[in-house]
Amino acid sequence: MSATYGTYGGRYVPETLIPALDELSSAWEAALADEAFRAELDHLSRTYAGRPTPLTLAERFAPSKRLYLKREDLLHTGAHKLNNALGQAVLAQRLGKQRIVAETGAGQHGVATATVCARFGFDCVVYMGSEDMRRQRPNVERMGLLGAEVRPVEFGTKTLKEATSEAIRDWITNVEDTHYLIGSCVGPAPYPEIVRELQAVIGRETREQILETEGRLPDSVLACVGGGSNAIGMFAGFLDDADVEIVGVEAAGAASLGSGRAGVLHGSRSSVLADEDGQIADAHSISAGLDYPGVGPEHAFLRDSGRARYVGTTDEEALEAFRRLTRTEGIIPALEPAHALARVEELDAELIVVCLSGRGDKDLAEVLAR
Amino acid sequence: MTPKQLVIYLMSGPETPALAEAAVEGGADLVELGFPFSDPLADGPVIRRAAEKALAQGMRTQACLDVLAAARERVSVPLVPMTYSSLLEAYGWERFGEDARAAGATTVIVADLPAGDRPELRRIQLVAPTSTDERIRLAAKQTDGWLYLVTVTGTTGSRSEVSSTLAGFAARARAAARDVPIYAGFGISTPEQARTVAELTDGIVVGSRAVEVAEEGPAALREYVGSLRRALDDG
Repeated sequence: MSATYGTYGGRYVPETLIPALDELSSAWEAALADEAFRAELDHLSRTYAGRPTPLTLAERFAPSKRLYLKREDLLHTGAHKLNNALGQAVLAQRLGKQRIVAETGAGQHGVATATVCARFGFDCVVYMGSEDMRRQRPNVERMGLLGAEVRPVEFGTKTLKEATSEAIRDWITNVEDTHYLIGSCVGPAPYPEIVRELQAVIGRETREQILETEGRLPDSVLACVGGGSNAIGMFAGFLDDADVEIVGVEAAGAASLGSGRAGVLHGSRSSVLADEDGQIADAHSISAGLDYPGVGPEHAFLRDSGRARYVGTTDEEALEAFRRLTRTEGIIPALEPAHALARVEELDAELIVVCLSGRGDKDLAEVLAR
Repeated sequence: MTPKQLVIYLMSGPETPALAEAAVEGGADLVELGFPFSDPLADGPVIRRAAEKALAQGMRTQACLDVLAAARERVSVPLVPMTYSSLLEAYGWERFGEDARAAGATTVIVADLPAGDRPELRRIQLVAPTSTDERIRLAAKQTDGWLYLVTVTGTTGSRSEVSSTLAGFAARARAAARDVPIYAGFGISTPEQARTVAELTDGIVVGSRAVEVAEEGPAALREYVGSLRRALDDG
């Protein structure tokens, strides 16, 4: 089985998808080896998405530290999700697919997917739990404006877990003409690897920028972890720097790494919230983007190897950090990275980078209702 | 000529041993027993809902094995648990295979464990219309008894018509699988569909529709399975 992370990863999917995953692996390897693919993606990243994103010193939020924010919230569509969506759109074009299917939790990946589908002229279907549609209304409206069909998922938890299952079922049914544009570093191989490489631009830029600004590497890098794509993209830039502490921050009620067990969900073996019989448990988080009982297999591997550590933040702590960043820096973060911001002060580290993975417009209704 | 084989899928539950007996009385040659999983990627709405209901009734792995053993007491046809990798990961891959056989299973089916992975777990392999000839050969080599043809690119559940591509796929599978029997499933619900598909294969599998009829009780299931049996025998 290709692209496993220790004992994690793999392809636990119905046979119907195996040839499509083989085709995707070949196309991905060919794309990586192709200068033209790199050049097209680089051009789109600069002229369409708005890369590179800045590194902002947050002196008033964390006066006792030197805290930098990697500003993925300033990327087009307002979150890091576009890095992956753009790359996979170019890949889908190379595969000759006309239709894109995706899942979304907070709606940021759905919006990024709807955006690239508008830009590339693909048909677009996005599955979204009805509970998430309620709490992330603005993003549902944005997807509609962009021409995507948002299909509500009304069963089970009515959140990201079920939306992902339905997107995979759609892909199984329409695999001949459809590319599944998965939103995080989860799913069957080669998806975790593809998403990681497409998000690794976050870590590469951050490393260059911090060396240029501070003349040294950070003591710690932090990122929130739901499926874990912004985190793996940030971490990728620092995994080889043994002195840089790497910290992933989960929602306390959705701590797949902190309190999960080895299990199989959505096509890969990883650390999941499940009971002793392997039935997947419900996750609970104020943040729709972190409200997921699984996590990318590479995070499970990094946890076991000790290279990264994973901690939790409660809903209340995330809300406090959300409000404080807004008032001290004039930056409204998404609730997801607010989970990472909440852990900054207790670190021993002095020079810290947090991946500010998205902006908070989508969360205003949820926060104001509290 | 060997009669066409009729496989009926039932979701595990307290009534399942009686339902399995009714299915065999109606003419089923083999009964698949669904061990429910919370996130069944290969299943359409009928079996997904049946799994949700079964889990709500406490049908966890051990309870399903107990249902299997109880069904074994009542019927002599092969019984085959069909489930997902997450249950085996939690229970122990080897232990699951051993305990299922000890409870009376002939073999097992794992819907999200493709041929080539964990070959040490003896099981019935599935092939799909998208499978390459090379993958069909691999699945036929590793399968435990017969090869399960997924007739459609899609999830389980009734379809109004038999796929127009099935004849080509069945011929391709037959050539690659050589003397391994091929049974087709997914999307078959009516006696007419059963007859049409059985002309191309050695047997058929009926799942979603059987699960629906089973909710009406053993008598309804016996009658429904009987209608499929007659279609196969008269075909």
